[in-house]
Amino acid sequence: MNLKRYSATLLSVATLILTPVALGADTIKVGVLHSLSGTMAISETTLKDTILMMVDEQNKAGGLLGKQLEAVVVDPASNWPLFAEKARELISKKKVDVVFGCWTSVSRKSVLPVFEELNGLLFYPVQYEGEESSKNVFYTGAAPNQQAIPAVDYLMDEIGAKRWILAGTDYVYPRTTNKILEAYLRSKGVKSKDIMINYTPFGHSDWQSIVSDIKKFGSTGMKTAVVSTINGDANVPFYKELGNQGISAEDIPVMAFSVGEEELSGIDTGPLVGHLAAWNYFMSVDADINQDFIDQWLKFIDDSDRVTNDPMEAHYIGFKMWVEAVKKAGSTDPTAVQDAIVGISVPNLSGGIATMMPNHHITKPVLIGEIQDDGQFDIVWQTRGTVVGDAWSDFLPGSRDITADWMPPLGCGNYNIKTGKCSGQNYE
Amino acid sequence: MIAFHARPLWLTIWFAVVIVAAGVLSTSAAAAEVDFGAVVKSLNARSFDNKHTAAVSLAEIDHPRTVLVLQTMLDGKLYVRRRSEQVVFADKLNGGGFHLIDAVSGDDLGSAGRRDVKKIGVNNQLRKALRGLIAALSLGDPDPSARVDAIKAITQSADPAMRDILQRHLEGETDTDVVAAVQTAIVVFDLDADDPDVRLDAIDTASSNLSAQVREKLTAIARDDTVTPALRDAAVLSLDRIETRVNQYQLVETLFFGLSLGSILVLAAIGLSITFGVMGVINMAHGELIMIGAYTTYVVQLLMPNAIGWSLLVAVPAAFLVSAAVGILIERSVIRFLYGRPLETLLATFGISLILQQAVRSIFSPLNRSVLTPEWMSGSLEITSGLAITYNRLYILLFAGIVFLLLQLVLQRTRLGLEVRAVTQNRAMARAMGIRSTRVDILTFGLGAGIAGVAGVALSQLTNVGPNLGQGYLVDSFMVVVFGGVGNLWGTLVAGLSLGMVNKILEPAAGAVVAKILVLVFIILFIQKRPRGLFPQKGRAADN
Repeated sequence: MNLKRYSATLLSVATLILTPVALGADTIKVGVLHSLSGTMAISETTLKDTILMMVDEQNKAGGLLGKQLEAVVVDPASNWPLFAEKARELISKKKVDVVFGCWTSVSRKSVLPVFEELNGLLFYPVQYEGEESSKNVFYTGAAPNQQAIPAVDYLMDEIGAKRWILAGTDYVYPRTTNKILEAYLRSKGVKSKDIMINYTPFGHSDWQSIVSDIKKFGSTGMKTAVVSTINGDANVPFYKELGNQGISAEDIPVMAFSVGEEELSGIDTGPLVGHLAAWNYFMSVDADINQDFIDQWLKFIDDSDRVTNDPMEAHYIGFKMWVEAVKKAGSTDPTAVQDAIVGISVPNLSGGIATMMPNHHITKPVLIGEIQDDGQFDIVWQTRGTVVGDAWSDFLPGSRDITADWMPPLGCGNYNIKTGKCSGQNYE
Repeated sequence: MIAFHARPLWLTIWFAVVIVAAGVLSTSAAAAEVDFGAVVKSLNARSFDNKHTAAVSLAEIDHPRTVLVLQTMLDGKLYVRRRSEQVVFADKLNGGGFHLIDAVSGDDLGSAGRRDVKKIGVNNQLRKALRGLIAALSLGDPDPSARVDAIKAITQSADPAMRDILQRHLEGETDTDVVAAVQTAIVVFDLDADDPDVRLDAIDTASSNLSAQVREKLTAIARDDTVTPALRDAAVLSLDRIETRVNQYQLVETLFFGLSLGSILVLAAIGLSITFGVMGVINMAHGELIMIGAYTTYVVQLLMPNAIGWSLLVAVPAAFLVSAAVGILIERSVIRFLYGRPLETLLATFGISLILQQAVRSIFSPLNRSVLTPEWMSGSLEITSGLAITYNRLYILLFAGIVFLLLQLVLQRTRLGLEVRAVTQNRAMARAMGIRSTRVDILTFGLGAGIAGVAGVALSQLTNVGPNLGQGYLVDSFMVVVFGGVGNLWGTLVAGLSLGMVNKILEPAAGAVVAKILVLVFIILFIQKRPRGLFPQKGRAADN
């Protein structure tokens, strides 16, 4: 008994001493930069767990380049300037080889200069407004042409929408996306009196008058649809108010870009049934590889009620691409990986293939789903193949002439075709 | 062969008829069963159009399980087994997997894993059609209100074939409400009639109907170049009449929206008004006390999953007690050491608010929790066609009024209230008169915190229940209290309602963001002029 305890203690002491040496000497470090506290913890904690799961899986499969992977997790606490500090800490102090992180655009903008200065690698997994392409960032979420534009096409062609309400939370992603959508709708011949644009503050909870306006706008005899870039917390009261004022998805469908399985798991989905969302992945995708991923996730997180969502798939793809690129380059050196990763293809979770393009965006299928009572989506439409992410929208006057191509000879994230100039990395 | 030829032709025909008739009689039941099975199987089609066709043919089969299958499909619980293509009802089991029941026979098939079954998906159009089909089948329901609902669903489905079904139903109908509903529905269908006279009559009658569907159809007629000018003019006239009514109602609606937003502001602020006003404590953790009330509602619903309708009534006292307890704990452990030092109190309570938020994240997870809305709080009360007030807002408005009255009663009519008022006006003098101010402090803080918890129950019905719930209401609460005048409940009431009203009147014109800014600017200017708010405290204590 005593001896047993003694030897157990000895063993644990030995492990304690040995572990850092073993890890420090021969591991590849994977940085995780996701908020684990503060307002964004609700979304980002899951992504941290996803990366931990991928690292675990890779290690079980024998690691990478003969070394084990080690995840280094930091908490930027939903505080945008802190994101930059933590990014610097990860690269300079913790010497990580790659970082998976960020959710909001403002956090990405905050870390961008750090990654460019220290030549790090960032995989960004969330759908965003585009108008950016950095040498050091890989955008595995959707650009507007991989989510917003196909969604509007669906509403126009399949639902027959003629009048449009663009409703969003008042910050950079909805503003830019709506600007692109407005230009796109105008190019399709929609008159400006048939487009209503509405912005609300973060966490808006009193939707009575806006929903009443939507009702009025939608009762003119032409099919009306709402395109919603309303952010997380404000969605529940919005849909509740729609339901209570008697507007169903059959009357005025709402197409959302930020409502996924994770967001639905915390709410009473009754009033949302039939409303739409556009993503590049749904948990309900009918593919074996997806079923395997779900099983792996439920086992890792040890909770059979958890769900998977689109940004998780983006991290899955991003992680696999990075692994392949490191194998191809034979090293984790950021510059070597940047060169090697373009053109790398890995399977996505909907049974297709994702390829990293020279503009550091990837190819994705676009899926439209209808919200169901159980918080899942029924896929009602999808693109035939995959869509290439477009960093610079073709529908905005300023960005129409700009292209991104990080391969030689161009090697530029914002090359102006007309003037033939590359305006540098920090293009605004 | 030759033998047959020998028989007279009429005999052969007669023989054949008899055989067929006998066959039909003996196998008709089995044939229907086979048919039913085949049609149910055809629901598992690839395209939504084919599913629709299958659903329509299913509705035509008079089978005891027809409605059940359609309803299950509508509910999204109709699945198909991957290997055998057998159509099943699937109920999700706790801990993954499904429990299966054969759709055709109703046999229990045990449980199956996620990979074994595939859902037969429905989209919005199909859902609408299914609702219409089920409604048509349930027109014979003995409950008149169920029949009215069925008629509404039929009108919504906008299937022209349904008009005749409704017309036929009218003959045997005795209930006046149902008859009225059918007549309204027929008018909607007649707007698309081929006969111009029928159409003209329908357009005329429709001007008293403010439903979106009617307006849609009238607008379509008014824009249609192929119809006669008389029809078009009638449609324009009807639309004008509807428009006038709608605008009048809109005014009433805006007033109600303002009152409703105001009532929420009052609910959120009134607890703060007590602690801030009476004790001069700037409690930055006030929002978190609201959040705790909302989480109490969530826990109460977890404890009584089968009585969601009653859960809110239980949650109100529960939330009051829990939040009051937390409030008293905060007061005893931190705030009492900091009386008279507002800056330190502010910082300390801000720290407490962060601690409470993170505690909730650790205990309940950072994800929002799902608080269900009871049946009686969903939907809206239709006052007349075109003017409806949502139930949840209405109840919360009433609830805010009750809370306010009770609080007034406590402060004006009880000994505690008397002591609280005495301490508010002059702490030193009250103590000199023998009031134990420590006890009053504890109870007052508990009361304020408890009221915040009660506000949380109401808010759980409107917004997300998550760790950040309280933050959004803290600033608004301070705004109301400062505007109304510190330590004055009537001031809080008037300030809350008027700010809500101003906000809602500005919102349609200026947009939600600008409206909020304008209100804030207005309050800043107002405070410049009258630093003590709408209803300043009088007396000597107010001077120091």
